[in-house]
Amino acid sequence: MDENRGISDQAKLGGSKTPAKAVLQRVLREAGIGIALVVLIAVFSAFAPHFMDESNVTNILTQITINLIMATGMTFVILIGGIDLSVGSVMALCAMVAGLVLKSESVPVPVAIAAAGLASVIVGMICGFMNGFVSSFWNVPSFIVTLGMLNIARGGALEVTDARTLFEFPNMFNNFGTATLFGVPAIFLVALSLVLLGWFVLTRTVFGRLIYSIGNNEEAVRLSGHNTFTFKVAAFVISGLTVGIGAIIYMARLTIASPILGTGFELNAIAAVIIGGTSLNGGRGSLIGTFLGACLIGVLADGLILIGVGDFVRQMITGGVIILAVILDSYRARIADRAQ
Amino acid sequence: MEPILELHGIFKYFPGVTALESVDFALTPGEIHALVGQNGAGKSALIKILSGAYTADAGEMRFLGAPYRPRTPLDALEAGVRVVYQEFNQLPYLSVAENLLFERLPRRFGVMLDRATLRRRAIDLLKRVGLELDPAIRLEHLGIAQRQLVEIAKALSSTGRLLVLDEPTATLTPREVTRLFEIIRSVRASGVTVIYVSHHLQEIFELCDRVTVLRNGRRIESFALSETSAPELVRLMVGRPLEAATHAIEADAAETASPAPTKREPALRLDGLRARGSSYPVSFELNYGEILGLAGLVGSGRTELLRAIFGADRRHGGEMYQDGQRVAFADPLDAVRHRVCLLTENRKEEGLVLAMPLRVNVTLTDLAQVSRAGLLRVQTERATARHWVRELDVRSRSVEQTARELSGGNQQKLIIAKWLFRDALIIMLDEPTRGIDVGAKAEIYTLLRRLAKVGKALLVVSSELPELMVICDRILVLSRGRLVGEVHRNEFDEERILSLAYSEYLAAKPQAEDRSS
Repeated sequence: MDENRGISDQAKLGGSKTPAKAVLQRVLREAGIGIALVVLIAVFSAFAPHFMDESNVTNILTQITINLIMATGMTFVILIGGIDLSVGSVMALCAMVAGLVLKSESVPVPVAIAAAGLASVIVGMICGFMNGFVSSFWNVPSFIVTLGMLNIARGGALEVTDARTLFEFPNMFNNFGTATLFGVPAIFLVALSLVLLGWFVLTRTVFGRLIYSIGNNEEAVRLSGHNTFTFKVAAFVISGLTVGIGAIIYMARLTIASPILGTGFELNAIAAVIIGGTSLNGGRGSLIGTFLGACLIGVLADGLILIGVGDFVRQMITGGVIILAVILDSYRARIADRAQ
Repeated sequence: MEPILELHGIFKYFPGVTALESVDFALTPGEIHALVGQNGAGKSALIKILSGAYTADAGEMRFLGAPYRPRTPLDALEAGVRVVYQEFNQLPYLSVAENLLFERLPRRFGVMLDRATLRRRAIDLLKRVGLELDPAIRLEHLGIAQRQLVEIAKALSSTGRLLVLDEPTATLTPREVTRLFEIIRSVRASGVTVIYVSHHLQEIFELCDRVTVLRNGRRIESFALSETSAPELVRLMVGRPLEAATHAIEADAAETASPAPTKREPALRLDGLRARGSSYPVSFELNYGEILGLAGLVGSGRTELLRAIFGADRRHGGEMYQDGQRVAFADPLDAVRHRVCLLTENRKEEGLVLAMPLRVNVTLTDLAQVSRAGLLRVQTERATARHWVRELDVRSRSVEQTARELSGGNQQKLIIAKWLFRDALIIMLDEPTRGIDVGAKAEIYTLLRRLAKVGKALLVVSSELPELMVICDRILVLSRGRLVGEVHRNEFDEERILSLAYSEYLAAKPQAEDRSS
């Protein structure tokens, strides 16, 4: 009996990883997406004409901005084990409300712009709050709740102006969409600062710690004496917040507000998060990964256009990459199980 | 007569635990054989080896004269072994008929479900167990007792040679029990041998021919029931008094149990508290500096009581007083604020965030201590975690290691660390050493005694009576949700405590009483 125990103990020791190996594994895991991105950029630089031209790089950065902003909020939601399918529609609703505010001629232009931005963010946060509250309070899968919100918000966006598109916004507003700072699109810099802020919150604050912990083991966190409900709702509110910011920036870029804008954006945002290595089960992942994931999607789309791949095939390839990323994630999960 | 089933030297190991040790066992054809033993004696492991759910690590089995080595439940089924488990594996959203015949659904043209035959055979089977209901209704609409009977009917659906019943009467009323016994006897009459596992010694004497007693994974004795008595069975299940491998703790406990309490008021006083699903109010006092044990069989309501105190489940009446002040913890958060904590029996599912570092697990209970204005101070956190890991001797490489990588004993120490970090005063532990190997168990015992010594109040649930007798100052005994006794350390006697634990099960027709309430 005792002999047997000794053997099993030894097996346990032999099975545990040495620190160096663990670090290497971790680097490979975290850096995998980064390596894939570098390889992709290298390949397109070699084969796609004008890929590295300044104008094309600017174009890529502009293209990924909106997705990056939405994916930042989406990361919070997926980290707690939820999903937010409503972001594209909510974005349209935010844009329509903001557009109406922006077009009010009774106030000076800077005031109208500020009010529009505020309105957009508030609408987004309200929708996020409703998603989070309903799914956490009644313990309903967020997949379903946000699917409902997807329809509510889209309907709302159409209802606000009776499906009319809003345009002729103040020049001061439209100019922001194309402004650059040191040659970098200003809107991309906004997205980048949001990512950095989100990264800071997730890794350096008590709030972020609890988001990760809840995603890993909600019951353990609850029994440790935390109010998990608040944090779950907060994750959805953050998603709504980023949608609101995304909406106003997208309007500035398009110079219009259309009730059908943002259709399908939720899928791009989710794809960026998943390709970035965040687990759909929650608790594992990072905003750095999401950033790289969004970049990868943007680079892939742009590069494929440049080498002459058609729209339809491009969509097929993007879909394949998403599936590939999830398969890799399941391998990761299996390896983690084995370590146990 | 040649045995229908023979087991020779069966061993089964789990990490850190020997579930079965050199078990020999033989069944005479056509008998009803009772299997008894305390929680963790090895009954479940033995059944699961017979049913192919587990594979034995060593030993031989012969069934119907041929070597028998089922690798999957399907193997066992085909060999003619049917098992009715305590927890059913049923499909709640399918009909009763489909559940009954799920393993071999009648077909037409090879692919179509033969609904007429399905219904006819289902009605036959239901009739055999005395259930009169429409086999087309969905299983979810059935009560627990009816489901149990469906499960038994399912076992009768194919011609088996051996029927194993694991605690089949736990949910049945006396009338249904009588009916079940008739069924079992008629099954035996048709040439099937039966293994009957139960805590209810009275039932065993009424129904069975022979009995085998298991204790600590070993077979202690097998004999005809006519040659024994209930007290003797209890004595055999308990075994000889615990060996004094724990003299140090004994001496220590004797010393700490005697001094006057450090505070006048008890740490926690329960007055008529009723936990979810229990019909009996429970009252007792828990003092600082003592370890109070809660003994009882699985399902006697011990865990429910802890969860009710902690506010993890709802309470149905009763009052609680902490340090003389009335309290009513609304949820775990509330209890934790009152410096009360609960270490659940599911260490991995409910105690730890396995994929995160030790550091994160230690500080999870009180992040305010390692942060300023919502910002984490990782250096402080690391130092704090190191302190507690050292203090409780959690064997690890570094505090950055994930909790998953620790052994069971060290995981348990880590959970205790996180509550000490929060400065808990009342510590409730549910099965604190389950699945932990013997060496680590002793360490946990010493640690718990140390906590009592520094003035914490500990309430410990354990299915291992020897464990409670080693660490506790007092033991309360629950039986079917009722607090049936309190035993002080100087009167500790395994046989007595176990008799108390069984008392409500031995009483005549206790179920009727339960149901009426």
